[in-house]
Amino acid sequence: MAQLSRTEVEEIALLARLHLEPDETTRLETELAAILESFGALAAANVEGIAPMTHAVPVDLALRGDQVEPSLSVDDALRGAPKRAGDVFLVPAIVTGKSE
Amino acid sequence: MSATIADVTRRIAAGEVTAEGLVDDAFARIGTIDPHLGAFLALDERGARQTARAIDKARSANEPLGPLAGVPIALKDNLVTKDLATTAGSRILEGWLPPYDAHVVEKLRAAGAIIIGKTNLDEFGMGSSTERSAFKPTKNPWDLSLVPGGSSGGSAAAVAANLCVASLGTDTGGSIRQPASFCGVVGLKPTYGRVSRWGVIAYASSLDQVGPITKTVADAAHLLQVIAGHDPRDATSLPTAVPNFAAALEAGVDGLRIGLPREYFGEGIDPGVRAALDETIEALRANGATIVDISLPHTHLALPAYYLVAPAEASSNLARYDGVRFGKRVEGVDLLDMYKRSRGAGFGPEVKRRIMLGTYALRAGYYDAYYKRAQQVRALIKRDFDEAFTRCDVIFTPVAPTPAFAFGAKANPVDMYLADVFTLSCNLAGLPGLSVPCGFTKAGLPVGAQLLGKPLDEATLLRTGAAIERWADITETPPGVATLEPKPDQGTQPS
Amino acid sequence: MSLDDFEPVIGLEIHVQLATHAKAFSPSGIEFGAPPNSLTDPTVLGLPGALPVFNAAALQCALALGVATGSQIRARSRFSRKHYFYPDQPKGYQISQFDEPLCEHGHLDVLLGNTVKRVELQRIHLEEDAGKNMHVGSVSHVDLNRAGIPLVEVVTAPVITSADEAAEFMRSLHRLVRWLGISEADMERGHLRCDANVSVRRKGEDRLGTRTELKNINSFKFVQAAIEHEITRQVRIVDGGGRIERETRLWDANAGQSAPLRSKEEANDYRYFPDPDLPPLVVEGRVMAEVLRMLPELPVPRFQRYTQELGLAADDAKTLVGERALADYFDAALAAHPVKTSARTLANWILTELLGALNAAGVEIAASPMTPETVSALVVLVETGAISGKIGKEIFEESYRTGEAPKTIVERRGVTQISDEATLVPLIEQVIIANPKQVEGYRGGKESLFSFFVGQVMKATQGRANPVVTAELLKARLKG
Ligand SMILES: [Mg+2]
Ligand SMILES: [Zn+2]
Repeated sequence: MAQLSRTEVEEIALLARLHLEPDETTRLETELAAILESFGALAAANVEGIAPMTHAVPVDLALRGDQVEPSLSVDDALRGAPKRAGDVFLVPAIVTGKSE
Repeated sequence: MSATIADVTRRIAAGEVTAEGLVDDAFARIGTIDPHLGAFLALDERGARQTARAIDKARSANEPLGPLAGVPIALKDNLVTKDLATTAGSRILEGWLPPYDAHVVEKLRAAGAIIIGKTNLDEFGMGSSTERSAFKPTKNPWDLSLVPGGSSGGSAAAVAANLCVASLGTDTGGSIRQPASFCGVVGLKPTYGRVSRWGVIAYASSLDQVGPITKTVADAAHLLQVIAGHDPRDATSLPTAVPNFAAALEAGVDGLRIGLPREYFGEGIDPGVRAALDETIEALRANGATIVDISLPHTHLALPAYYLVAPAEASSNLARYDGVRFGKRVEGVDLLDMYKRSRGAGFGPEVKRRIMLGTYALRAGYYDAYYKRAQQVRALIKRDFDEAFTRCDVIFTPVAPTPAFAFGAKANPVDMYLADVFTLSCNLAGLPGLSVPCGFTKAGLPVGAQLLGKPLDEATLLRTGAAIERWADITETPPGVATLEPKPDQGTQPS
Repeated sequence: MSLDDFEPVIGLEIHVQLATHAKAFSPSGIEFGAPPNSLTDPTVLGLPGALPVFNAAALQCALALGVATGSQIRARSRFSRKHYFYPDQPKGYQISQFDEPLCEHGHLDVLLGNTVKRVELQRIHLEEDAGKNMHVGSVSHVDLNRAGIPLVEVVTAPVITSADEAAEFMRSLHRLVRWLGISEADMERGHLRCDANVSVRRKGEDRLGTRTELKNINSFKFVQAAIEHEITRQVRIVDGGGRIERETRLWDANAGQSAPLRSKEEANDYRYFPDPDLPPLVVEGRVMAEVLRMLPELPVPRFQRYTQELGLAADDAKTLVGERALADYFDAALAAHPVKTSARTLANWILTELLGALNAAGVEIAASPMTPETVSALVVLVETGAISGKIGKEIFEESYRTGEAPKTIVERRGVTQISDEATLVPLIEQVIIANPKQVEGYRGGKESLFSFFVGQVMKATQGRANPVVTAELLKARLKG
């Protein structure tokens, strides 16, 4: 399987929104490569025509009725917020574009 | 606290002990022992006493008592508890007070259980030794220089050290069974969907399951009875009737076909573990079981499949830890910087490693080669089991290749991942799995046997486990914890 | 440069908020303008341990739209996770549908002028809405009330060829979702939100040009203006030998122009995968049967029935199908009406008198004080000649105001039309005797004097004389 370049590690870290110190990046570069290397058997497996198993048990989606239950109180909704302004969550300015 | 659930409920009902008395004992013992053991991350002494008093009052008023009335129980700290700190072993959740209870916690409370505290774990369940907890290591009650296993190491250690009567853990790739084996207690991972995941902090959603860690198989059956059942808040919860798990416990193994997968008995198994397992297999045979040689040919693919599926799902499940609505936040120059710093500082190295691995596996262009392929292999593994279960009723394997190992012994991530090699197929296939103590190594460390069953057939596992437990007769107090005890324990020994 | 040398290719993605009581995946309520963060639950907030369970009503809504657009409905569709970090997206991913959407290959018929254009739909999929970020100086405020509201995303094929068509498509979709009752479709409240993919190419070229994505065009007017602006912008660039950047542009309605969203530091990679919390969504036959049973006759087929079977003028038919309540009102009046051939007359009364009165009072058709049966009864009185058209309007006005039956008003007022000759002939005789000069003039060739005689007869009967019969009798009498 593929080797990882440092650039790739940095790209993944950005996608995952993880700040890594330079030594962490270096270490992960080696570790991830070793882990992927140890997964070699997977690439060799014959999986032709096999449907991916996305759920551990084969059930259909059970639906809920369209009933409203009481909301959490505003204070309970915000109780864990590291920063709030009145009844809203407060975040820093959004400089990068929204990726939707 | 060496009592079992059965002992406690009987003695409470008979008025021989009070719930408050049990709570006093529990906290006294925890106060003495846990500073050296490190099983608990948080204690709820006030809540426990409140519940205990309510139960004692109900008993004196002759009101009906729940099936766990007065039983001190510890919860792995990835089970959400209302108004009681829940960290999942991570700095990123430090200080979070959840506004709701997990489904299993609701069930326990309704059954009269006394929740005494939250136990240590590898951060978000990612580990096999509890060394990856962001807060502290937990030690093995049998030998304080060894790990208790993981990720439910705190729960297993707390039960083994008699700091509580029973506990709940979670199992994504072996996290109940392996620490149960290392600590000489019983651990049951139910069929996926048997127990609701509502309020279980997700590691890998398609693999996670909650289950009991107890001193006896009967207690595991009892606790499973309370927490199992359909929950409409979990779309993967099975709308299936729950049988009476206690009913079959005494049935023995006569006539049972027990499969030994040859792939699980190859090289690399510790001789002490092997000897204990061989003795157990002989005992099974001697008691009327038919031992069947079976093959699970895709076993060698389980580890890579697991270590792609689980990190992929984890990378997604952990995206919500962003410093906005709860948990840790480290300010930055802008939003992106805040995200990166909060997550960079909040997650430990193993969690970051798995997020990175999972993010990589899900990337456009890599998805087919990694995530999708792993899920296809998963289907092959499930097919192996379906095939095997046409030839046997139960599968017997080691829980882990070795007994409890020393701190720091598996510093290399790939070595640590190998600790789960026998337990993770069960999660990939969604099967129930039981770890039951079956003997000791020469060094006196407990060895667990793993029993794997057909989907929803926990009953046969419990029945087989109960038989093994009767012959193995493991009633010793763990020597490691014994050195911490101020005076001899006067509780009833487990049966 | 000449715009005429180019042709635009437009595809729309329209998000429609579904009118359920509870959220898509959890039971907290939905209410526009509620205090911030007052409509949440652990799932909406994305709290650790919280799980999604899908709302059956949202499925019903999406199926109704799927069927109404002739889409192929997937018996097993799937929810996937679409990952991106943003404060209004609590879990770090949106639950959406990716490779196995609920509906595919449908179409929406759009009335362009008096013709029908069929716009193909690539897909209609289910997903959840995000919360709201409000930018306040150097910080943003986050309100998660809207997070988790069920949406359908309707994606057209790139087959729309003008800004007019795009706006008309959006109007048609707006009308359809209201018609089906699956969305309140209040534009002011953002119930319909449109993104447009726009490219241009020289006429005759097969290859599509590089497209840009226009966001935030959430009214019919903005859709039209933004797309028109974008077409012109692109043509100017291409014609000048430039290249179109593949980018997302935000429409600024106040400035009347678009600007690129600040360029991203990374390419999008949503890392879609099937949501492990949500097993496959299976549409059972019983659910489908219920959706089909509840499906109303749709606007375009109804337009075609009105024009082709009932012979209504296209404009009238278009107005009637503009709103389901109005079309239903018309159909109810028609059902009550004894003579089906007078559909045109009925339509006239409803569109002119009734809508006039309702508009003046600011009342919706659904709240009309006059029932369809009453309107029909009034039209019957006019059509059978019991009252004149002119009197009919007076009766209408009184019936609308008081709710009294037209026939009762006519009887009480004594305004029945006089059509019988025995009554009219003596009256005509009197008029002729009283006006010899005019009789002489008329007979001498001044035919314009004829209306004078009619007027005199009307005056003598307080307008009750049947104008047709009166004219016939007068003509015969004046000849002699
Ligand atoms: Mg889109
Ligand atoms: Zn969308």
